[in-house]
Amino acid sequence: MIRALALFLLLTFPAYADEEIIAGLSQNRVSITADFAGSEILIYGAVKRDGPVPGGSKLQVLITVEGPSTPITVRKKERRAGIWINTEAVQIGSAPSFYAIATTGPMADVLTQTEDLRHQITIPRAIRAVGISDQARDAPGFVEALVRIRQDEDLYRLSENSVSLTQDTLFRTDVILPANLTEGAYRVRMFLTRDGAVVDRLERRINVRKEGLERFLYNLSREQPLIYGLLSLLIAVVAGWGASAAFRLMKA
Amino acid sequence: MQLYLPIAEVSVNIFLLLGIGGIVGFLSGLFGVGGGFLITPLLFFIGIPPAIAVATGANQVVASSISGVLAQLKRKAVDLRMGVVLLLGGLVGSALGVWVFAWLTAAGQVDLFVQLSYVLFLGLIGLTMFLESVRALLRSRRPGGPIRRSHTHNWVHGLPFKMKFRASGLYISVLPPLGVGALVGFLAAIMGVGGGFIMVPAMIYLLGMPTKVVIGTSLFQIIFVTAFTTLMHAVTSNTVDMILALLLILGGVVGAQFGARLSGKLKAEQLRILLSLLVIGVAGKIALDLLLRPAELYSVTPGLLP
Repeated sequence: MIRALALFLLLTFPAYADEEIIAGLSQNRVSITADFAGSEILIYGAVKRDGPVPGGSKLQVLITVEGPSTPITVRKKERRAGIWINTEAVQIGSAPSFYAIATTGPMADVLTQTEDLRHQITIPRAIRAVGISDQARDAPGFVEALVRIRQDEDLYRLSENSVSLTQDTLFRTDVILPANLTEGAYRVRMFLTRDGAVVDRLERRINVRKEGLERFLYNLSREQPLIYGLLSLLIAVVAGWGASAAFRLMKA
Repeated sequence: MQLYLPIAEVSVNIFLLLGIGGIVGFLSGLFGVGGGFLITPLLFFIGIPPAIAVATGANQVVASSISGVLAQLKRKAVDLRMGVVLLLGGLVGSALGVWVFAWLTAAGQVDLFVQLSYVLFLGLIGLTMFLESVRALLRSRRPGGPIRRSHTHNWVHGLPFKMKFRASGLYISVLPPLGVGALVGFLAAIMGVGGGFIMVPAMIYLLGMPTKVVIGTSLFQIIFVTAFTTLMHAVTSNTVDMILALLLILGGVVGAQFGARLSGKLKAEQLRILLSLLVIGVAGKIALDLLLRPAELYSVTPGLLP
């Protein structure tokens, strides 16, 4: 019985069913404090094997870091009566606020389209845009625009050849998280592939959270908006009066 | 030096924010405008999300107006009675404006409406002010010409409910100031500004108030309209960023003091020409944005349509 199962496994995952990822992150939480200006996360790991390194195709590593997803509205401007105004809008169900892909080689070598579909890895796959085609004449153009705008803002990025793999065993990469980060759980996925097929995968999480004064003000603005608003006004009144008084003293 | 803003969720250079606050505060003290029509576009430009820029801009205007009003009070250049009458009209207009704003948001064309109002009102007011001031300046340089009386009787003086405004030297009906206040409050709520750039010319040309008290009285009224706006934004949409406001305010209150000091040294006509040029400039910039093909036709907004 056990032998039959082993044979079955051997047939479904020929040659490299025994490669496994072991990985770590330099930090699993990021604190956003007043002087937060972005953060660099080191993602490192090793490939664990029971037997010798399988020959033939090259081992590749692919790592994605994904921020919390939100719904998005993309609007398009058109010229009407001489002025440029928003005309059509497409609502996208969910798009990650941040998405970075790092690989050991060109995307075409690392991953096949079937595997991409299964694991939702490339940027267009990470955006869930279902049933948008009847919202505008050229609905896919709106999704492309979203990707283009976020790539320009460095929120979406594909860095090929940015994962270094030593002796088919040790890998590491640095992912820079930008300063305009949203709070939430960031999903880190690591994939081992051979011939574009996923051999093993591993998932970790990084918690991004505001801390200290930032945390306090953010919570206050959400939980006690009236007090927050009055406090903002109080600051304005005190500052306005204080400056006036200070200048009067300086003049005297 | 970078600072992370807790509500806007972006990291911005401290000195950049202090500088923007300082420049806008300076103009605010100089001309008696709140500066909302300048600070909001400037904040867009450095990458602050629009909703947060509008709400936080209003908060900064409160501080710079207070600083300016105190400087003007010392020179007895505030007509408090007129300010209160304008304010009463303003709150009614503002409430109406908030309602129309919500209706336009639902219709999906609020951006366009705001931009068009900016172009129309800033352009019209700027141009009228500019032409009138140039004419006045030319007249003052050519002695012997016909003397224009500062106080001519028109239909405004035939209205009932008259009231004495001693600081302005006026005895007129309360209806025109109430109307002006309401109009300004309405536009202020829709355009997300204090409304000083509409208020100042309206007081000079419609109500016939002397330029000396116009600036202080306008600032007095702006304090309350923008405080109301700030509170509304904080409660309904959580878009006031206190840290951003604090930095803008620090720059702004200092700038406003310098501006108020300089305004006492310049001639009224010169002051009006400068303000009109500034207003025309902003209107022209927004008009160009509407007319020229944008570099990116698409825009991304988090969240779904209402």
